[in-house]
Amino acid sequence: MAPEMKPILSVRDLHVSFGPAASAKEVVHGVSFDLGVGEVLAIVGESGSGKSVTALSTNRLIDYAGGRITSGTIELLRADGSVLDVTCAGRQELTGIRGAEIGVIFQEPMTSLNPVLTIGAQIEESFRLHRGLTGAQARDAAREALERVRIPDAERRLKATPNELSGGMLQRVMIAMALACNPRLLIADEPTTALDVTVQAQIMALLAELRRETGMSMIFISHDIGLVAGIADRVIVMQDGRVVEQGDLGDILDKPQHPYTQHLLHAVPHFSSGVAARTDGARMAAPLPRPTLEVDDLVVRYPLKGGWFSKPVGAVHAVDGVGFDLLPGETLAIVGESGSGKSTTARAVLGLVAPTRGAFAVEAQAARPGQSRLPVQMVFQNPYASLNPRLSVEQILAEPVIATGASPDKAVRDRMAALLKRVGLPEDSLARYPHQFSGGQRQRLCIARALMLNPSVVVLDEAVSALDVSVQARVLELLVDLQHEYGLAYLFISHDMAVVERIAHRVAVMYAGQIVEIGDAKSVLSDPQHPYTKKLIEAVPTIDRRKQHFELDTRQVPSLVRPVGYEPPAATWMQYGADHKVRADA
Amino acid sequence: MRVVKAILSHPSGRIGGVIVLVYLLVALLGAVGLTPHDPLMQYRIDRLHAPTSSYWMGTDLFGRDVMSRLMKGIGQSFTVAFFSVALATLAGTVLGLTAAWFGGRWDTVMMRFMDVLLAFPAILLALLIVTIVGPGTWTSVAAISIVYTPIFTRVVRGPALSLKARDFVDAARTFGSSRSYILTRHLLLNLVAPLTVQVTLALAWALLTEAGLSFLGLGTQPPASSLGLMLSDARNLMEQAPWLLAFPAVAIMLSILGFNLLGDALRDILDPKTRRA
Repeated sequence: MAPEMKPILSVRDLHVSFGPAASAKEVVHGVSFDLGVGEVLAIVGESGSGKSVTALSTNRLIDYAGGRITSGTIELLRADGSVLDVTCAGRQELTGIRGAEIGVIFQEPMTSLNPVLTIGAQIEESFRLHRGLTGAQARDAAREALERVRIPDAERRLKATPNELSGGMLQRVMIAMALACNPRLLIADEPTTALDVTVQAQIMALLAELRRETGMSMIFISHDIGLVAGIADRVIVMQDGRVVEQGDLGDILDKPQHPYTQHLLHAVPHFSSGVAARTDGARMAAPLPRPTLEVDDLVVRYPLKGGWFSKPVGAVHAVDGVGFDLLPGETLAIVGESGSGKSTTARAVLGLVAPTRGAFAVEAQAARPGQSRLPVQMVFQNPYASLNPRLSVEQILAEPVIATGASPDKAVRDRMAALLKRVGLPEDSLARYPHQFSGGQRQRLCIARALMLNPSVVVLDEAVSALDVSVQARVLELLVDLQHEYGLAYLFISHDMAVVERIAHRVAVMYAGQIVEIGDAKSVLSDPQHPYTKKLIEAVPTIDRRKQHFELDTRQVPSLVRPVGYEPPAATWMQYGADHKVRADA
Repeated sequence: MRVVKAILSHPSGRIGGVIVLVYLLVALLGAVGLTPHDPLMQYRIDRLHAPTSSYWMGTDLFGRDVMSRLMKGIGQSFTVAFFSVALATLAGTVLGLTAAWFGGRWDTVMMRFMDVLLAFPAILLALLIVTIVGPGTWTSVAAISIVYTPIFTRVVRGPALSLKARDFVDAARTFGSSRSYILTRHLLLNLVAPLTVQVTLALAWALLTEAGLSFLGLGTQPPASSLGLMLSDARNLMEQAPWLLAFPAVAIMLSILGFNLLGDALRDILDPKTRRA
């Protein structure tokens, strides 16, 4: 960044409103900032803070979302040296800057691409529109664009449709499209939130490299201040439509002035390689208590059928030979990326998925899966989808009781009221409906519902992933308190290492349907042994690793499809320390 | 109460609601016999009388009061429409829910059969059924309900499939909730909104189909009156006594307009995507 140069973008006192003029609701209240040429500016905030609205005002994409810029100026330094005030630019000028001068990538690569067109056709379109290329020229440009974002075997990928590519690959395609016309400013709106942590590291590495190559400026929107630490030069912290603090990355991270910034930095879970791991584990006691849940050699396979007569041609080994035990009052976190089999494991324990084989024992009552109802309850990831919108809170909480055949009497209602109070919901909640609660409150409601039958094991499947970071911290605290109070055992499924560090006593790492490493949380997180665990932990963004250079890795995840009758070789385990073992790779 | 308020504040809901309400009132009066004259009484001296102060809508070829017959006819047509739509809703909901829930072969066979039924034009299929069973009020009810069952089956099956995959259904399974509890509380309760809209619209189609069947002589049998039958009787007297044709025709048109307007309003009100905050 050359300080004597004019900033590429200069925003002054920006106000943005939504809704019809008469009843407009202002969501951005007077935001000002400058973005230098080649600089990376991170806008950090929680949902509803106005960070996306601010960024998407700079190319007036906000018009399409129903927003209106009510006052302020946005001056964009164009490629030819002229300055354009975006707030009063005409339609034609806006079309000129979109794509050509300001590129945008969004959170969800899956929904940003047309599912029925090939990747090639969609990339070629942007070359046709903006650069007037045709036929073979456009095709070559598209191939080069894919190579530029390090997609291996680009020629073949051009002919693929979006469903044939993984999320990380699709996000690379989106970046390739955004960069097709060499924009001088790239807006990245939570580009890695929907991706796995190692894929996220890859995308971040790619963005950093592309920025070095092209010298473009970037606005990087994120809720994760740890992720931003890896790429930003300057940081803006937003809350409720206002900038509460802005400054250089180092200043914001080391000397945060505003209480909200301090809150984001300290109250919110950040990964610290096992330093913050819990030390109140049940395994500290000398004679180990009986496990609440024992899982032995759990296997879940889905047959693949093909050919004319639907012959089985193979099987997807979703979960293969998974075994662990869980003590009362203990949290076992299962971590892994999407497709690693962690959710399938949880669902099999709950009886939602029929295991191909395997044995469960819950509180020493040996039970074949599916034969009897297990005292296991679950809290789901999405609090908006896991509560029936047409039922009142009372009906929702009564459901588990009704399922046992009992009728909800006075004692049940007393328990409802007590649990609601315990999870921190207002007392008049019983007559209300789910839509009257926020996401965090709904998740508390789900927790209360799971506790209605006094279970011994609660499965938490990404239970805090859909929540805002500061809400996340409070729900985690609640979970830890409830664990102490009721002696609950948690099976905590997550991809978020920072959250896992806060709640887990033990960690199991799953890769391609198998547990590759399991043990004491502190030991696994601070001293990972398996190459995959190492990779996973290295990929976690932390505020301690600033401007880190990630290695680009374009290897594919191994396929889970196996031939009919295939049995994996028996696992050999290597012991590290008292409670930490690692699978030896054959 | 909230829905009633919303209907009244919706422009087409207000008009549709009032029309439907007036029709229901008229049908009720017709059904309990509170008509200006006996609808079957033949006033021989007043045959084919144009509308006057004593016969507000004139008289027909046999000297029967058109207004009384129209009121009775509306009652008859609405009865057929309500019963047939009620049956179609019941059958369609059960079939659609079970198809979505059990899936597999039952779903395939059921939905292909519904596709076959849907391939016939409504009135043709109704004609076919009535021709096989024989004309009459209750056979028209049966025929019309069979004709509209596939539509309800589809309206239920689609959303039921997506509801079945929702987390709250999985949650219910982890509690061990019974199948009937999940089907009624988690699926059916969330289907009330689309079903209400469909019922309103189907009532309009059923009225039209009933009128068509009666017009062709296969629905309501004389001397009872129904809107279609009155049209049919008036056909040959169009030039001498145009009121015979005009009143039932307008009555059919207005009733269908009313139900459609109400249905559109309900769709807007109950669909969360178009619901105003």
